[in-house]
Amino acid sequence: MSAPLLRVAGLSKRFGGFTALDDVSVDVAQGERFGLIGPNGSGKTTLINCVSGALRNDGGTILFAGEEISRLPAFVRTRRGIARSFQIPRPFKSMTVLENLLVAIDFGRAGHGLSADATEDEAIGILGTMGLKDKARILSSQLSQVELRKMELARAMAAKPKLLISDEAMAGLSGSEIDEVLDLLIRLNEAGITIIMIEHIMHAVMRFSQRVMCLDAGRIIAQGVPQAVMDDRRVQEAYLGA
Amino acid sequence: MSMRRHGFWIGALCVLALAYGLTLAIRNEYAFFAGFIILQFIVLATAWNILGGYAGYVNFGTSAFFGIGVYTAIFLFKALGAPLLVQMAGAAVMGALLGFVTGLLTLRLHGIFFSIATVAMTIILETLVINWKYVGGATGIQVLRPPVTEPFDSYIKMLFVIGVALVIVAVALSRHVQGSWIGRGLRAIRDDETAAECTGVPTLRLKLLACSISGALMCAAGAPSAMYLQFADTTSAFNLNYSVSALAMSLIGGTSHWAGPVLGAIVLGVTQQALTVTISSELNVLVLGVMLILFVVGAPEGLLGLLRKGWARLARGGGS
Ligand SMILES: Nc1ncnc2c1ncn2[C@@H]1O[C@H](COP(=O)(O)OP(=O)(O)OP(=O)(O)O)[C@@H](O)[C@H]1O
Ligand SMILES: [Mg+2]
Repeated sequence: MSAPLLRVAGLSKRFGGFTALDDVSVDVAQGERFGLIGPNGSGKTTLINCVSGALRNDGGTILFAGEEISRLPAFVRTRRGIARSFQIPRPFKSMTVLENLLVAIDFGRAGHGLSADATEDEAIGILGTMGLKDKARILSSQLSQVELRKMELARAMAAKPKLLISDEAMAGLSGSEIDEVLDLLIRLNEAGITIIMIEHIMHAVMRFSQRVMCLDAGRIIAQGVPQAVMDDRRVQEAYLGA
Repeated sequence: MSMRRHGFWIGALCVLALAYGLTLAIRNEYAFFAGFIILQFIVLATAWNILGGYAGYVNFGTSAFFGIGVYTAIFLFKALGAPLLVQMAGAAVMGALLGFVTGLLTLRLHGIFFSIATVAMTIILETLVINWKYVGGATGIQVLRPPVTEPFDSYIKMLFVIGVALVIVAVALSRHVQGSWIGRGLRAIRDDETAAECTGVPTLRLKLLACSISGALMCAAGAPSAMYLQFADTTSAFNLNYSVSALAMSLIGGTSHWAGPVLGAIVLGVTQQALTVTISSELNVLVLGVMLILFVVGAPEGLLGLLRKGWARLARGGGS
């Protein structure tokens, strides 16, 4: 097997005296669809924050494409190919949907060398694949919750990532909307993007993931093929709170 | 695109020519004496808005930059006999450096903590200058104006035209920042700094750039003050009024567009000058305060926002 795209080793993160992540180690392979599950407050978002650079980890290392990135500022990590969506959407609310994506193209792909027109075409194209094309000129603050989640993904995509991390992009969506987003992520993956998906909706995780990891109270309690992780006694206990 | 760019510069040249024409047409120096103050405020408000408006970092340190501009000019004049334009250029360089350094020290702070840090910076810098005897220290310093340069016949009129030129430079910079990738990055920072950083925006670098440009303009605005008043002391050079006015003028004019601070500075500046002449200068502060409250509560997008709304209503009315 070739070297993993993302290697997290011995990662720890504390908030004051509270340990949110404790010795977390995981490899994600190039091109993989990786599911990250765990009960509320188990540290999923914190792990993503450490990988994307929104938070600094206290211990451990994060290797991306073979290079240590855990001391790099977030914007450099984005430029190297790590893009994420936020669990609670964080649009640039004074901007249109289109402009939100332009930020990602202009800044997330350093030195893309596209003209202003080409940049805009590119952004419109991405909005098209997300079904947001007719919302391009609307202020992002006027989007519905579903549209906001799609825009989060579109903006992350606009940075042309190697690794896309989706933090509960399907929360609050209806059944058909979930399928829509799921199909979208699978298509992106087929185009060569490695994807980590955080999700509480189990059937979505099962359908999407090639491998699943379950966190509980900041520790990994199971890792492997989806069915095996679901059948794991500790995972079931963690979810039942037993 | 290039038409629009040329349009701006043609307009700028016309304004400059008009300013010079006025100095020929109008005898009375008082108009230029008062006008210069308004020009200074336009520059200060425009400069403030680059960091405070575009990026949303509320800077209370305008007076520190202004004061350092004044004293850089005095130092260059006293030590080297530097001419006015060199004093202003020196002040701009000093302001950019000061903006960069204070930015490094304070821009990692957010919201109210950043604002408080800029107040602290003002106090520290003023204290340093108070203890610097060479430039007059606490008692102030008298400055003897050199003779006026051709083609001007009065120093105040010359200062007025230089003030107009500085306004043009400030507006051109602000306009460029607003329309370029820098402006888009700053807006992303104002909207959501974490999301901006995770979208690839080098937030600290952009904020430092904005702070340096803003600081350079503020210091350059302060530099001619010594020659204007032929005197400088720390109390007036570091007067908190500059900080409050720059902020208020931007907010009242509208922060999202370069024209906002210009409009705000003209409206408030003219009002203040009129009040100073007719009633008293103490009333200024009150007027500023009341207007600021009215706008923050009633028209958060400032005069520009009101104009836009009025325009839209007119257009609708005309269409039906
Ligand atoms: N910035 C922070 N400061 C202090 N505590 C935090 C911070 N961020 C997260 N925590 C705490 O760390 C723990 C893990 O939070 P995290 O958001 O990573 O959980 P999660 O697995 O994403 O949960 P959810 O499924 O609800 O999104 C929680 O107890 C949370 O309260
Ligand atoms: Mg979470």
